[in-house]
Amino acid sequence: MGNVFDLFKKSKYFTVQPETKREIPEGLWIKCRCGEILFSKDLGRNHKVCQKCGHHFRLTAWERIQLTMDPDSFVEFTDDLESRDLLEFPGYAAKLAAAQEQTGLCEAVVTGEGMLGGHRVVLAVMDAHFIMGSMGTVVGEKVARAIEQAVEKQVPLVIFSASSGARMQEGILSLMQMGKTAAAIGRLDRAGLLYISVLTDPTLGGVSASFAFLGDIILAEPGALIGFAGPRVIEQTIRQKLPDGFQQAEFMQEHGFVDVVMPRNRLRDTIIKILDMHVRRE
Amino acid sequence: MPTVFDFEKPIYELETKISELKQFSNDKGLNLNHEIEVLEQRATDLKRSTYGKLSPWQKVLIARHPERLGAKDYVQRFCTDFIELYGDRAFGDDPAVIGGIGRMNGYVVTVVGHRKGRDTKENLVRNFGMINPEGCRKVYRLMRQAEKFGRPLVCFVDTPGAHCGIGAEERGQAEAIARNIMALSTLRTPLIVVVIGEGGSGGALALGIGDRLLMQEHSVFTVSSPEACASIIWKDAGRAREAAEVLKLTAQDLLYLGVIDEIVPEPLGGVHRDPSLAVELLRESLFRNLDEICAVDRDELLRARYHKYRAIGNL
Repeated sequence: MGNVFDLFKKSKYFTVQPETKREIPEGLWIKCRCGEILFSKDLGRNHKVCQKCGHHFRLTAWERIQLTMDPDSFVEFTDDLESRDLLEFPGYAAKLAAAQEQTGLCEAVVTGEGMLGGHRVVLAVMDAHFIMGSMGTVVGEKVARAIEQAVEKQVPLVIFSASSGARMQEGILSLMQMGKTAAAIGRLDRAGLLYISVLTDPTLGGVSASFAFLGDIILAEPGALIGFAGPRVIEQTIRQKLPDGFQQAEFMQEHGFVDVVMPRNRLRDTIIKILDMHVRRE
Repeated sequence: MPTVFDFEKPIYELETKISELKQFSNDKGLNLNHEIEVLEQRATDLKRSTYGKLSPWQKVLIARHPERLGAKDYVQRFCTDFIELYGDRAFGDDPAVIGGIGRMNGYVVTVVGHRKGRDTKENLVRNFGMINPEGCRKVYRLMRQAEKFGRPLVCFVDTPGAHCGIGAEERGQAEAIARNIMALSTLRTPLIVVVIGEGGSGGALALGIGDRLLMQEHSVFTVSSPEACASIIWKDAGRAREAAEVLKLTAQDLLYLGVIDEIVPEPLGGVHRDPSLAVELLRESLFRNLDEICAVDRDELLRARYHKYRAIGNL
């Protein structure tokens, strides 16, 4: 329907979008919490530890594997496990998809086997970038299978934990993964096999209260947050500010729950030494 | 004054009317039997329709009902010669958990259970049934003792969760829970767990691994209390009711999900409405399951327990 007044109508405005986001190299500069501005290449060369204050940035699972295992020796366990929204929890399916997209992982743990200082080990590495490394049914199942592999192959087990705890969105089934994984560690324990548990930032809740704290030897990275309840929950409950350093790795060593706090650059050598001292004699 | 929830008010009002009418008919010598009968029928129908379709949140409220029977009540009714044993032999005693030995259904058993208070004063002593690491370690000590002497272990679960605080962290809450779970999963003696109220998070699991897992009809068992879950996911503990609706925490949900073995029926409206009937209903289920698992060879028991937990979540 033509109308002369249409000519005088305000034209529509569009917001002009830049063609694409300007390609800034992914985190070229990173600011440490000590205030130091770090060049990301330097940080990477230093295994993501701040050169100034020694703060240990979180690693991805694959960065950890690369840093820990003998070169080209790690083989990931294959399975067809896929996390599903079992309880139809609001927003969970989308959250899973986004986490997979962002991390390139299918879940919050990578498991496999390989050589560490010439010793064959089974390794599980959690990744806090995937829904805070929380443990749902698939994480529990993968960890349990890895433990069983160690028993079957009669080799030591090394687990790097990084987790906020049980995954709320899988409800009671997440909680029961604590039972599943702890039971599997029970079998490993009776088989007389060595289990080195390395607690990294953060190790909390359902993971700390199951397999993570069941290691024969428990190592922790400096500054890692380790505990049962998270600090926010504790502060809300007791309505007071927590003291400095509370629940950090050093605090846990002081209170007798971590064997030794070990900086990242000495972690691999320490694990190898421990493995050397546990070589089984026929 | 009994605790009455909003959704129960029509029932209590009707029941009050009936008793008033009865009183009136007695006082005046009038025969109102027919009227009373009609009203009583209506009350029964109302109870059936109300309690027959409780929402998850309503079940949470009933599971937390202050007059609901606790571990101590069941111990008193099911055990003879019960001797309570205190302390973890390392740090102290935790009043949030009861433990001891006694005779039950012809067996000498070790019993442990969370212990909530009946009122605020008792709850302050018992810490609302929220265990500290020493509570976990007391249970650990008693379970090892049960294993040594071949006694079955009966665990009553009734806790909102493990205690959350500075001391609990300093004394290794996570390690204490982890150790209990591992020990229970490999303990060479029959284990029965009954969720009699709230089963919340790791604090419940520290007493909650068994060959048989029973839940009372209106009890709940969850990864964390609805309040904690709402706080974690939506940063708002006030949305607890909403969390309860989506967490799948009722006994019926857990049976469907393959987590528990059996639902123990409760009197209409919950344990608190008819405690002696509740005791009889639980006795039947508990003793039958105890007989069954005590008859199983120990190696077979351990194998079955391992596979039971190994299979959870593999839907």
